[in-house]
Amino acid sequence: MRLRILQVLVLGLLIVFWYLMTAPGLIPPFYFDKPNRAAFFFGEPQKVFWVIVDWFATGEIFRHLGITLLETALGFVIGAAFGLGIGLWLALSPTASAVMDPYIKGFNSMPRVVLAPIFAVWFGLGIWSKVALGVTLVFFVVFFNVYQGVREVSPNLIANARMLGASRRQLLRSIYLPSAMSWVFASLHNAVGLAFVGAVVGEYLGSSMGVGYLILQAEGTFDINTVFAGILVLTAFALALDGAVGAVERRLMTWQPRASETEKV
Amino acid sequence: MAPIDVPALSLADITCRFAARGGAGEPYTAVANATLSVAKGEFVSVVGPTGCGKSTLLNVAAGLLAPSSGTVDVFGERLIAAEGVNRRAGYMFQADALMPWRTGIDNVIAGLEFRGVLRSEAIAQGEVWLRRVGLAGFGDRYPHQMSGGMRKRLALAQTLILSPDILLMDEPFSALDVQTRQLMENELLALWAEDRKSVLFITHDLEEAIALSDRVVVLSAGPATRPIGDFKVDLPRPRDVSEIRMTPAFLALHREIWAAMKEEVLKAYAAQKVA
Repeated sequence: MRLRILQVLVLGLLIVFWYLMTAPGLIPPFYFDKPNRAAFFFGEPQKVFWVIVDWFATGEIFRHLGITLLETALGFVIGAAFGLGIGLWLALSPTASAVMDPYIKGFNSMPRVVLAPIFAVWFGLGIWSKVALGVTLVFFVVFFNVYQGVREVSPNLIANARMLGASRRQLLRSIYLPSAMSWVFASLHNAVGLAFVGAVVGEYLGSSMGVGYLILQAEGTFDINTVFAGILVLTAFALALDGAVGAVERRLMTWQPRASETEKV
Repeated sequence: MAPIDVPALSLADITCRFAARGGAGEPYTAVANATLSVAKGEFVSVVGPTGCGKSTLLNVAAGLLAPSSGTVDVFGERLIAAEGVNRRAGYMFQADALMPWRTGIDNVIAGLEFRGVLRSEAIAQGEVWLRRVGLAGFGDRYPHQMSGGMRKRLALAQTLILSPDILLMDEPFSALDVQTRQLMENELLALWAEDRKSVLFITHDLEEAIALSDRVVVLSAGPATRPIGDFKVDLPRPRDVSEIRMTPAFLALHREIWAAMKEEVLKAYAAQKVA
């Protein structure tokens, strides 16, 4: 509880500091040569606040936020599905893995954000170019984790399941898949974050909707308060998304030991 | 039905060579010309110094590992590792081999599930086995919520629920503390006495081997391990493993087998010190 109060206090101090440094004429300018310059570059907290209130009051933000979240969700689901499938395939087939290895490495080292313009050409300015960007970002995180997860299944576990009579398919279902899933969940926070990045960056590079688009528009008119408002809304939703992932993870991963957990009698 | 004199498990002239790391150098011969058989209903222990290839021999018997040469017969039928594992054997591993993402009961019934037994029926059987190994009421716990001894009992139930004709055990209790271990050994003997499966029990602990078995086979130090001694243990059953250790007959046997083993243990120790 005390921790919470301190955390809120830090936020409050930051906002007060922001306000003091940017309010025109409140303190004499010491870096910029005009009193309203600081506000021009850094925005003003109360104006940013009113922009956000206005967005939610008029409901204007919802369709933009909806689009961004839809792109995030689609990018995440498609990327994770591909990552899981191809990760399992390559991990279980040494030949395919050996052949594909340099391509996987190359693709992974490529700064994939540069693909955004190509996706815009291929898929247009609608949601699918953003989804595609999210997919390329999410895919590799999930892929490498699944690959690692399958490769690191304890040989004992496999031998035991075989002795208990598991067929190849049953091995996949009862040993490889659950083992890989624990690695996927370990990377889920990362993957969801990247899907979000893909969506926003895609919108920023060219779109007609979404929070990234709002930011792009505001930037075009030097409306720094709206830019900051967009950033704050995105941050809040990224946090919410992360919390949701954490909740899902805790539900599905009850079997995993946690360091702080004591035995329940 | 096989004739009565056909051994449950028969390893004949088994040799296992492993390629050296990186493919360079001499291949490592873990087991050489090992011949070993387990009669129906017999409890055989294999003892030997650490790192002598005991587990290799067991993996060959399980059909998990194909020997470089030699044959394995299970109730008179040839076992080919490439065609699948030994279907009539249950295997209890030295290390933890439970599925951490399954609860106790789901681990116990895994084998039944793989055989396509109806879930409701599998659960009913699983509960019976949980009770038999003293884990009644712990079925909904995950392995990480159990102690080492409980996990071993769970693994025992997981193996025995399939009622295998042959039980292969690879130092199953070596990770347990002495008290838990003696409890587990007594439980194992009690369960074994119920329907007398053929058991091939690997251990490095001579006392454990004598206390449990009908026969103790001593392996030579590695590399190129092979059986060098075969001792009949005719102590009366039922036995209590903690009491039987005090009897004169036990001590005499222990002395006799230890005399055969000692040299090999020292050899293994010397080899490890050089390496």
